[in-house]
Amino acid sequence: MQCQICQKRTATIHLTEISDGQRTELHICEHCASEQGIATHSQMSINELLSHLLAVQPSDEEMFGPADKELVCPTCGFTLDRLRKEGTLGCPADYEVFEQALLPLIERAHAGKTSHCGKVPTKLPTDTKKFVELTQLRQQLEEAVHDEDYELAAKLRDQIKQLE
Amino acid sequence: MELTEFSHDINDWFSGSGPLADIVVSSRIRLARNLAGHRFLNSCSNEEKAEIVEKLKSVLMSLDLGDEIFYVSVDKEPELNRNFLVERHLISRHHAMGTGPRGAVIARRESFTAMLNEEDHLRLQVLKAGCQLRACAEQIDRIDSLIEGRVEYAFSPRFGYLTACPTNLGTGIRVSVMLHMPALKLTNQIDKFMNAAKDMNLAVRGLFGEGTEAASDLYQISNQVTLGVSERHIVSEFENVIIPEIVEYEKAARRQLLTNDTDTLDDKIARAMALLQNAHLLSSQEALFLLSHLRLGLNMHEHMGASTPAIDRLCALRASTKEQDKLTIRTINRLFMLTLPAHLQVNYGKSLDATHRDALRAKIIRDALTQQS
Repeated sequence: MQCQICQKRTATIHLTEISDGQRTELHICEHCASEQGIATHSQMSINELLSHLLAVQPSDEEMFGPADKELVCPTCGFTLDRLRKEGTLGCPADYEVFEQALLPLIERAHAGKTSHCGKVPTKLPTDTKKFVELTQLRQQLEEAVHDEDYELAAKLRDQIKQLE
Repeated sequence: MELTEFSHDINDWFSGSGPLADIVVSSRIRLARNLAGHRFLNSCSNEEKAEIVEKLKSVLMSLDLGDEIFYVSVDKEPELNRNFLVERHLISRHHAMGTGPRGAVIARRESFTAMLNEEDHLRLQVLKAGCQLRACAEQIDRIDSLIEGRVEYAFSPRFGYLTACPTNLGTGIRVSVMLHMPALKLTNQIDKFMNAAKDMNLAVRGLFGEGTEAASDLYQISNQVTLGVSERHIVSEFENVIIPEIVEYEKAARRQLLTNDTDTLDDKIARAMALLQNAHLLSSQEALFLLSHLRLGLNMHEHMGASTPAIDRLCALRASTKEQDKLTIRTINRLFMLTLPAHLQVNYGKSLDATHRDALRAKIIRDALTQQS
């Protein structure tokens, strides 16, 4: 099979990408792969370790999303100005009060993610637990698809449908 | 519980055993939690801080953890004792230097500690020797669930466990390993490693040194992302992907030293042996630096079958020291920990100035390494 990029060399690297249920395949040679910045060695050189998201330090203006700069937490009196100065929030309710403003900051800190899908305290009310369980199942589904474990993915899809 | 009850030896996690022990010294998992119905610590009065400590202390001290647990009022301890606890990795420097009511619950075998009122109300920590992240994760999860049965944590379905700083949101989990990487330094690849780790969203810092310096070639790498991934996923990424890659880099660098640069390797090991057996004044910095090279030599012999003139002499030294101080990795780590500044003074029984500490350190090490007829 010929390389799809240069049309000259033999394709020795076969990449398959699945997103939104669509499957795309790319067959390329080593030369074009390295041009495209795709790692090809079974042991990658130190500089080519794993896929990544570079964390970029936001400027002060970019740090907070759209928010009323005058906003004050009714529970503890915290303001966004204090967050900028102190680096930590005032009370748990702040996450709700300042949600819009905090989202860009949270996204940057956590490689684009903003929804929890890990451990959940056992004492939550039932509908809250369901919300979290759904999030976790969706995350597991994403992983299963990434690992190309389609049997597991199908099972998870059914579980999600049932829960919804 | 007196500190001197355990200050004369090292803890389990520093014993030099465990999987991948020639490079992965220890594994650590930390969970950050806050109580619902209270402010985060920066906004708490001392009264509220004291209230939080009392609540958490009574819950933690009543847990059955399969080990004797004791409580330390960190705010009431003298500075020397606080530094001692930091040296043993039982509390963070941030906790030692903090203000207001705060404490620590410590398990006797030092595998588990809980900091009360550090940056969050509660920070749990489990430490094990070598690469044992999954075991750490299981143990800390169990303890966390035990506590959660008795208190209410601040939690939101969207953002998970709520923490004082948004960088710890979600799982609140910090997974780290302590790595010994002298060969990467000797082959001038540390900068490349640091850059690559940052690209992988890993935080890297040198341990036991000033700032980012890595005294004794010991580095800690940890995850930075805590939200949007499950605890299980973070741990398995570390154990199955990240650690094997990094371990292989250090191993390759060690192989490189053996095949291309035995002179450098032998010189470091031989100088370390000579100085440690003979010096009369050793700064903490210098001792850690030299002990690192001994550890490298022993590990290369044990795990790679390496044999060079200096390594052979090192192993001969090992075989002829007195029985209870046989030169093993454990002995080296023990010398390392016990000659740190606060340990020296706690064990000596009083404060010492720098010169006296340097003399005492040199003596302890000389005595341990001197051959007996």
